[in-house]
Amino acid sequence: MRLSVNGEVKETGCSTVSELLQSLQIEPGHVAVELNLAIIPKQQYETMTLNDGDRIEIVHFVGGG
Amino acid sequence: MNPLNDALVIAGRSFNSRLLVGTGKFSSNAAMVEAMQYSGSEIVTVALRRVDIGNPDDSILSHIDRNKYLLLPNTSGARDAEEAVRLARLSRAAGCDPWVKLEVTPDPYYLLPDPIETLKAAEILVKEGFTVLPYINADPVLAKRLQEAGTATVMPLGAPIGTNRGIRTRDQIAIIIEQAIVPVVVDAGLGAPSHAAEAMEMGADAVLVNTALAVTPNPGLMAAAFRKGVEAGREAFLAGLGEQRQKAEASSPLTGFLG
Repeated sequence: MRLSVNGEVKETGCSTVSELLQSLQIEPGHVAVELNLAIIPKQQYETMTLNDGDRIEIVHFVGGG
Repeated sequence: MNPLNDALVIAGRSFNSRLLVGTGKFSSNAAMVEAMQYSGSEIVTVALRRVDIGNPDDSILSHIDRNKYLLLPNTSGARDAEEAVRLARLSRAAGCDPWVKLEVTPDPYYLLPDPIETLKAAEILVKEGFTVLPYINADPVLAKRLQEAGTATVMPLGAPIGTNRGIRTRDQIAIIIEQAIVPVVVDAGLGAPSHAAEAMEMGADAVLVNTALAVTPNPGLMAAAFRKGVEAGREAFLAGLGEQRQKAEASSPLTGFLG
């Protein structure tokens, strides 16, 4: 399955948001995730399934003024 | 003499410190933490960006004690209302309280905020239950419109972001303070503790500082200096400054000279 993750095309076998975060070694507590421009609530990370062609944005906090 | 109950209250929440600090541009997380500690601040701003896939470095959140500091996510990078609203919603989804420092800065050279897009975004975010702290140019009419829309503060700039030039918008900020029904937080351009003190002497409720703390080789010391500047300015405002005059008025008695 091909996904676009933060603008990069990724070939992956991950079937849920939760699995994808784990495979990327990203701590779910510290990020927000958009799937095709819709924000996914944290409690849906384990149930929200991914499909070929999905566009995913994973964002986190950085220093800022 | 010492006002015991001089809390800063924003949207019903009380803070002892009137100095907000930004977390950008520090040379290290340790430098940032030191500045936060010495500033005495209870509100710190952060930005939201894409995770660098393949290099997910440690999160800034692991360096900020959320019991001690209220995290205030900004919408920096947003060029219009739609992008700002998207960033605010993402910040909330990332686990923040629904507070947002709203900034919409389409102009890359001076980073001046777009008043129309800022007002549009503020109206949407207030309706969605956000506590909105909008960064604005020092425009009293816009400040009024935002307050009417339900923002929790207004945050007029002293000078463009990161310029360290102090309060170049003094007369406009004075009008904003005079007319404000919510706290006025002077944000951007404050490069020295004297600038922060000046804002507070004018009656601003708080100031936000980032660059001045981040670019010095000693952020902790500078943060301590800003803390004192804010406190000094606040106390002077509460005490009441003397009226300015053109002619001298002797401090010493003019009668009873020798001889």
